[in-house]
Amino acid sequence: MSTDPPDAGSDRSHERSTTLIVNGERVTRRIEPRQHLVDFLREELDLTGSHVGCEHGVCGACTVRVDGKIVRGCLMLAVQADGRRVDTIEGLTDSGELAELQEAFYRRNALQCGYCTPGMLICAADLLVSRPDATRAEIREHISGNYCRCTGYQAIVDAIETVLEARRKRGAAR
Amino acid sequence: MKPAPFAYARPDSLAAACELLRRHGDNARILAGGQTLIATLNMRLSTPDLLIDIAAVPGLDGISVRGRALRIGARTSHRTIEQSPEVAQLVPLLAQAAPQIGHVAIRNSGTIGGSLAFADPAAEWPACAIALDATIVAASVAGERSIPARAFFRALYDTALAPDEIIVAVEFPILGPGYRSTFLELARRHGDYAIVGTAVVARLARDTLSDVRLAFIGAGPTPMLARSAMAALEGKSAVHTDTAAAEAALAQDLAPIGDLYSSPATKMHLARVLLRRAVAAITAPGATAAHAVPAASP
Repeated sequence: MSTDPPDAGSDRSHERSTTLIVNGERVTRRIEPRQHLVDFLREELDLTGSHVGCEHGVCGACTVRVDGKIVRGCLMLAVQADGRRVDTIEGLTDSGELAELQEAFYRRNALQCGYCTPGMLICAADLLVSRPDATRAEIREHISGNYCRCTGYQAIVDAIETVLEARRKRGAAR
Repeated sequence: MKPAPFAYARPDSLAAACELLRRHGDNARILAGGQTLIATLNMRLSTPDLLIDIAAVPGLDGISVRGRALRIGARTSHRTIEQSPEVAQLVPLLAQAAPQIGHVAIRNSGTIGGSLAFADPAAEWPACAIALDATIVAASVAGERSIPARAFFRALYDTALAPDEIIVAVEFPILGPGYRSTFLELARRHGDYAIVGTAVVARLARDTLSDVRLAFIGAGPTPMLARSAMAALEGKSAVHTDTAAAEAALAQDLAPIGDLYSSPATKMHLARVLLRRAVAAITAPGATAAHAVPAASP
């Protein structure tokens, strides 16, 4: 058991070998247990698309997917992701999964500074799957854990609604 | 902020987890979903020496019927409960409460056992547990024991768990047809901790209320069972129910603590408003019977 003072930042004695699949690639690193998943992605893997906002689970800027489910990257330790699959905005962009949402965000001007955007897109993508019939109120409820300090949300809700409607129309046409 | 350093263990059996907890006691914390614990570590409100991650401990997941109870493993996520057809059918109060916990990204990770162990007086599961008279199953190196939920929440963030005990499951009685329930809360934003909330369960037969249970959150140092108000509603007509006596009785039952936004008097007022709305919801003609409420989301 460590008897170090709380700020002994250089203490590496607790490091733990951790293997995870990030955007389809297997990664093994020695990780200090106190490192958040989002900090690991940003600082060790240079995947800086996931942002760090409030660091206590309120703002949603750090949203990533673990084993297909959206989670807070600041409320999960990187060592907890051992053996699990992590998908970030970089991987989900490369796969094309977010392309329709990204296009709608661009067209609807659903971002200004862009800080919340990666988390907002990943959160919105979850809604497209979990509630394809969502109303505007349900869109707002679903993104209520992702803060945007620029847009006032109206344009973001418009963009998500645009994609939901387009998909419903395509579904009806089939 | 970043957490202070700590050691990390991921035991692969309940016995090993309990042994670690026995050895390290209050210097260790159990890590399940981490949705409260990691936030408190980040803010350094908590600086344990050791985190015991129970992710690899078998037998803590899952929802199953055990006799006349629905047993939910401690590590079951809020989202799993929200989406479970069994829960919606057999203990619908839980399906009604689940969507009001945090946000989807929080509900995917946070667990029912963690919520009960942390015992936040504004959290949803503790109120459901006391309203339904649930039983909390805890384990230590000495073995398992069952603790009635109504004796579990002792004071602010304080429970009947011994320092070396881990919650392994919670068992909710299946009340069956004839019962109705609702979970209502008021929050400044969806997903925030409630200012005040209520879990209401009652039996409705021949237009009469019986076996009424009212549990409130954000209305005292623990989840609060409103026994005087429950008594005031017992045997009342379910048609245009007169809730005046029950609303007045809440003064004996609740002890709301003021915060930055709401005074104790405001919270007491809101509790009365919610009581009225909840009784109206469960007695409304055509209100969904308790045993057939659809899942909150597909």
